[in-house]
Amino acid sequence: MAKTESTFKNMVLSLTLISVVASACLGFVYELTKKPIELSNLNKKLNAIREVVPEFTNNPNDDMFRLPTGEGDSLEVYPAKKDSTIIGYAVNTYTNNGFSGNISLMAGFKPDGTIINISVLEQKETPGLGTKMTEPEFKDQFNNKNPADFELKVIKDGGTVDAITAATISSRAFCDAVSRAYNTLKKGGIK
Amino acid sequence: MNQLQNFTKGLLRENPILVLVLGTCPTLATTSSSLNGMGMGIATTFVLVGSNVMISLLANVIPDKVRIPAFIVIIASFVTVVDLVMQAYVPDLYKTLGIFIPLIVVNCIVLGRAEAFASKNSVLSSLLDGLGMGLGFTLALGILGAFREIVGSGAIFGQKFIEGDGILVFILAPGAFLALGYLIALVNKIRKT
Repeated sequence: MAKTESTFKNMVLSLTLISVVASACLGFVYELTKKPIELSNLNKKLNAIREVVPEFTNNPNDDMFRLPTGEGDSLEVYPAKKDSTIIGYAVNTYTNNGFSGNISLMAGFKPDGTIINISVLEQKETPGLGTKMTEPEFKDQFNNKNPADFELKVIKDGGTVDAITAATISSRAFCDAVSRAYNTLKKGGIK
Repeated sequence: MNQLQNFTKGLLRENPILVLVLGTCPTLATTSSSLNGMGMGIATTFVLVGSNVMISLLANVIPDKVRIPAFIVIIASFVTVVDLVMQAYVPDLYKTLGIFIPLIVVNCIVLGRAEAFASKNSVLSSLLDGLGMGLGFTLALGILGAFREIVGSGAIFGQKFIEGDGILVFILAPGAFLALGYLIALVNKIRKT
């Protein structure tokens, strides 16, 4: 087959055709993967909730509500119920004070405000230093503590949290996110 | 050049990373562990094979003056397919590789092979060339990732074999440059003897 000449008509025609076919293929793949993507995102969220609040029997995703933080923003709160009594809240909280970028956490609270467990959803901290916030050694020190008498600050700042060695900024950011969740719950009348 | 050579040249003799030194940006950024490196390599291989085949099929139909935009549209479509499929079925890997999956579009290897090879050769040769180049890329990323993971965090494929930390710098960006430099030096030494 002879090579197509680079005339104006040929150029417009071939580029248009290629673009139309390409976008049709992409639309098809998008439809195909839409469901699995939604499902995997939902599963990820539910797994994080399951990790931070005790056994629940409801679907916390359906009961989700938003509480204002008082800083012009709001947090997603997932109530965990067992036989229609509330046994805890999972709060999707964040901080902008990370060493590199935002950190997003799922923090679980008992109805009285005691921290049950914390799970890190997203972080871009320095590998090997700030990333240690995802390990039990650091994050488990919050478990079973009530922020009412557990100062959510690193020891260096006069608090009670044992910071990660060489990652004080990441540790501070972690505390900031947890206290944002706690304060929001408290302000929302749930404690 | 016979068909077998079209395939094997990408593995070592014309390895995209270690010899041609193309596409170093994703190489340096995604090889913090062996699994990440290989995941990136496999995603790129798929795009390379797909775009090479497609472009060699269409090479005669596409007018010369608009070949680059046409190639980019084809490459970008394959990348978007990979992006969506990974998001749906391997969300964890997708999250770690993040922005580097969409950035395969501007990876010099992919456009380089399209322009230098696929647009001038038969479909079968282009398929083998894409596969060889892709596997060579995967191999280089896998070795680099494994090396950085072993030295940097004392683990291989996520399995820790030492207590505590490794040499942290190898996990960070400077370590990527160091490791790639050593690897290229080693490969040069092997090729010259």
